[in-house]
Amino acid sequence: MQPAFSVILLTTLIGVGQGLFLALFTAQSYALFDLLVIENGRAFYTQGSLLALLFLGAGLLASFFHLGHPERGWRAIAQWRTSWLSREVIVLPAFMGTVFLYGVAHLSGWKPVLAILPSGIPVDASVVLGVIGTLLAFALFLCTAMIYACLPFLREWHSPLTVFNYIVLGGASGFTLASVLAAHAAPELTRFFVVWAVIITLFAWIGRSASLIRNSRLKPKSTLQTAIGVKHPKIVQKSQGFTGGSFNTREFFHGRTHSLLRSVKWSFLFGVFVIPTGLLAAAAADSEVSGRVLAVTFGVQYFGLMAERWFFFAQASHPQNLYYQVIA
Amino acid sequence: MTQLALVIDLNVCVGCDACVTSCKQWNTSGAAGPLADFNPYEADPTGTFFNRVQTFEVGTFPRTETVHFPKSCLHCEDPPCVPVCPTGASYKRAEDGIVLVDYDKCIGCKYCSWACPYGAREQDEQRKVMTKCTLCVDRIYDTALPERERRPACVLACPTSARLFGDIHDPASAVSEAIRESAGYALMPEWGTHPANHYLPRRKTALRIHDDELQRADNPLKIDGLLPKPSKSDPALDDVTSW
Repeated sequence: MQPAFSVILLTTLIGVGQGLFLALFTAQSYALFDLLVIENGRAFYTQGSLLALLFLGAGLLASFFHLGHPERGWRAIAQWRTSWLSREVIVLPAFMGTVFLYGVAHLSGWKPVLAILPSGIPVDASVVLGVIGTLLAFALFLCTAMIYACLPFLREWHSPLTVFNYIVLGGASGFTLASVLAAHAAPELTRFFVVWAVIITLFAWIGRSASLIRNSRLKPKSTLQTAIGVKHPKIVQKSQGFTGGSFNTREFFHGRTHSLLRSVKWSFLFGVFVIPTGLLAAAAADSEVSGRVLAVTFGVQYFGLMAERWFFFAQASHPQNLYYQVIA
Repeated sequence: MTQLALVIDLNVCVGCDACVTSCKQWNTSGAAGPLADFNPYEADPTGTFFNRVQTFEVGTFPRTETVHFPKSCLHCEDPPCVPVCPTGASYKRAEDGIVLVDYDKCIGCKYCSWACPYGAREQDEQRKVMTKCTLCVDRIYDTALPERERRPACVLACPTSARLFGDIHDPASAVSEAIRESAGYALMPEWGTHPANHYLPRRKTALRIHDDELQRADNPLKIDGLLPKPSKSDPALDDVTSW
């Protein structure tokens, strides 16, 4: 497939936003059960929600550049019964709204206690919003990943690993960003987020490696023989039906060399996993965690994720390419 | 239930591209808007087509065969492009099984083109919506046209009658009969899309003659020194023919 920059930005940016929100609520859950002490929670949660909203909004904005008719984008909510894309279009604004309310609840301090757990812990409005937001964040990961994983003949994508990887890759970048934020707004939380970011990055490393191994062993189900229905081991295409290009030759081919693909693969393996894990582990081991190092870590991981997403699209081989042997 | 479809006979297709040009002419002139062309007379021409003819060479010289392969939307009975559409612009008509795009609802997200294993959908670069073969839905029901012209433009244009059009759910239709009698097959059956369009394979009319049919191994004249038995003068079993 031809990787579309708008979709690369959309999926990586909202992944960061979702991961950041999950990080915020993880910290709040820990604090709720007195496992963590947060001194200036108001500033941290508010700034975190704002930052998550900025990432989600930027992702949403990027998605419009993918559309031929962005002014009709609202129509995409119609087919939620069958289309994962439609579900994503519904869940993303719902999640953004929840993040907004979550931030407002923390900023305004409007936290009426709605329930009390049997252990005597009060559940206020921000916790309820946090739980709803967490569910929506996971629902959004599921929708985004299933857009790709539900297409059976794009076999590189058609796997539960795609869903797992979207969750952990988004989570890893979000927790890394949370550690950057904590270094500025709530230094006592920095190490907490750094450790979680390392754990999630390691899970992502495992998941993405598993999908790389799986994809390298895939054998194509469709062949030129099934594509034109002629049973003969040697079929050569003599004409593709036109002299210049067409939508079919542009949309489904990345047009890059095999060696470039390989270097992108190694770039993202280092950019998303090796370097961030090293930097985060070093930061966690330091007595004084440096916000600047964490910011660099996030930057490296984010650009790594863009390379990862580019590779994700480029690696998928569409069966329609069988009809364009000269390019394939 | 009706399922309109094309049946394309690869045995008689000569690859003349008449179906391609007639399709382009009809569909670029309709109320739905033009099928845009860019740089038509320059180095890198591109444009929207609903139908294209590709050519494949099967085998190794001298035992080769040229297969001209017209390729358009197959109007799958289980079209994977329809459920993925977020707006409902892509739909399959219940009454005749044609898969269509509502150009006023399409947001141009290209997701349906990813979901079609055959690459049958093209985004028009000018209109920025997804386009595809409509089976000339704007002419097959047009009562202003004479009855014989209420068929897709490509079918009318084909000089060798390689393209048949009809209802494949009607067992008595010409297309059903062609699929049944001439081994019609579907493309990429492995994806379970159940394409409505079928292709008829290349066929050779071959007469198999064994060597012993050319020259009888038991011909008595071949047996050295022996005359036919019984001899010509002897009565035969039926008293009419000799051996």
